[in-house]
Amino acid sequence: MKTVVIGVIGADVHAVGNKIIDYVLSKNGYNVVNIGVLSSQEDFINAAIETDAKAILISSLYGHGELDCQYMKEQCDEAGLSDIKLYVGGNIVVGKQDFIQVEKRFKKMGFDRVYPPGVKIEQALVDLKEDIGI
Amino acid sequence: MELYLLVDFGSTYTKLTAVDLDDNYIIGTSKATTTVDTNVLEGYDKALERLLRNHPEINMENISGFSACSSAAGGLKMAAIGLVEELTVEAAKRACLGAGAIVNMVFSHHITKREIKKLKEADIDIILLAGGTDGGNKECIIHNAKRLKEAEIDVPIIIAGNKDAVDEIEEMYENTKMEFYIVNNVMPQLKKLNVKEAKEVIRKIFIDQIIEAKGIKKAEQKIGEIIMPTPEAVLLAAELLSNGYEDIEGFGELMVIDIGGATTDVHTIGEGFPKRTEVIMKGLQEPFAKRTVEGDLGMRYSANALLNLVSDYEFRKYFEEDDKCNHNIAKSLERRRENVDFIPETKDEEEFDKAIAKICCDVSISRHVGHVEVVHTPLGNMYYQTGKDLSEIKYVIGTGGVLINNSSAKNILRSVNKKSNKKLELRPNNPSILIDRSYIMSAMGLLSQKHPKSSLKLMKQYLL
Repeated sequence: MKTVVIGVIGADVHAVGNKIIDYVLSKNGYNVVNIGVLSSQEDFINAAIETDAKAILISSLYGHGELDCQYMKEQCDEAGLSDIKLYVGGNIVVGKQDFIQVEKRFKKMGFDRVYPPGVKIEQALVDLKEDIGI
Repeated sequence: MELYLLVDFGSTYTKLTAVDLDDNYIIGTSKATTTVDTNVLEGYDKALERLLRNHPEINMENISGFSACSSAAGGLKMAAIGLVEELTVEAAKRACLGAGAIVNMVFSHHITKREIKKLKEADIDIILLAGGTDGGNKECIIHNAKRLKEAEIDVPIIIAGNKDAVDEIEEMYENTKMEFYIVNNVMPQLKKLNVKEAKEVIRKIFIDQIIEAKGIKKAEQKIGEIIMPTPEAVLLAAELLSNGYEDIEGFGELMVIDIGGATTDVHTIGEGFPKRTEVIMKGLQEPFAKRTVEGDLGMRYSANALLNLVSDYEFRKYFEEDDKCNHNIAKSLERRRENVDFIPETKDEEEFDKAIAKICCDVSISRHVGHVEVVHTPLGNMYYQTGKDLSEIKYVIGTGGVLINNSSAKNILRSVNKKSNKKLELRPNNPSILIDRSYIMSAMGLLSQKHPKSSLKLMKQYLL
């Protein structure tokens, strides 16, 4: 069974989506380590190291995701997690912006998958199966 | 009269406590210098002789049982190894501390050859090897197990990490001289603490081997098995006093502080959950009965380390307001460090000792209690809580030689609460302060194993 770490980054307390992701991924055969809301980059990374996770799925709904995710990839590299897959989704930028540009920026930051607002977790599930298997 | 004798082979003194179980009172206590270097029984015999001399009513033939604990010959020294500092390393440390050990060495991630060399040279009694949640990272703990094997480490190793790695380590260690024990993972899931089995095995190794190696085993001919390290006995006493037993009510959440010559121990019993809804817990789960040991906070051996923690200016704030003496802080500390048997004779020396004790108390509490951090979110302020919220603790109990003989012990222990302006620390707000004047906490922890009811009654009676 593959392990994934999920959580809501930064000073963001939106818990509903987080619970849905936990439910769907667990039901589909993943060992989900949910670090919950108000999580820092270090929390995600420490959890991934101890649990030998293959992917980190970051949620952010309050608009500051772009700031909170800065240097996440570099931090993972520092912690020896160069191979871990990084996903991010939600309202990850301030205001309404062209998603193609947003995706480009996050990919440049080192994220493997970037999801716009309103995407169902089932779509990420397909990608997850492709990226890390079950 | 049913008599019970409790023995504590301490680092300095061998202490005896005689209890009358029928009428639930303490008949008497006595002490003599611990004699591990020659024969540990010499000190015991001397203490017993003193006890019998002062209490001729004690008839050794009436003694229904003995229990003993020990912290002699340096106590129980352990090394804790884990993966991530805040997670399995911390879990491993808590298992050791909860079992009454001193954690002398701590290693995280892949242990290096240099670190192994240091570990080998150090005087360690037991190693606790953790790392990875169950089903999580196993590569690191296997690497560390291999390094320990290559170095032919000859002290017992307790393996308390990812269960997926257990088979491989067991195969690696089988048919070697390595002495190893496999127990449940100290952190089976992220942030879940599970130290019970590890603690039991630490105690078992302590009973079976460590006390023998330290020359305390001889005592067992006379008094039966030495059942635990002294700090564990204190922790058990605190737990009983907090929880109560059968129809006798306990004290609820409480804290025990022991300021010693070399270390300051803090024990708290209680969940320490957040008291408000806008607080979110962070970090590893806290043990219900938590013990921390500060190796740099002590009255004598570690006195000169104090100036690394507080500046000269801050130090002066711990003197009483009416203290007119212009203390030479560095010199006074050095004097105590060099002469660990130093006993204050003048008023100024007493005042200085009082200030040291206050610092030990203040700083050790600061490290023991939980902290909050403010997070400004679009929904308003939220708080992270790391560690236990001890703000509503009802009782703080002082024990250990320094406090119990000090006339201003209660005054010293008042530095546990918030007066020191550390608002983000979850210190006890307004606790009642009790002192273990008869020095019975460890003895009561021992007694609690067979006679919990008497032990509890005595503590409620003798902690003043």
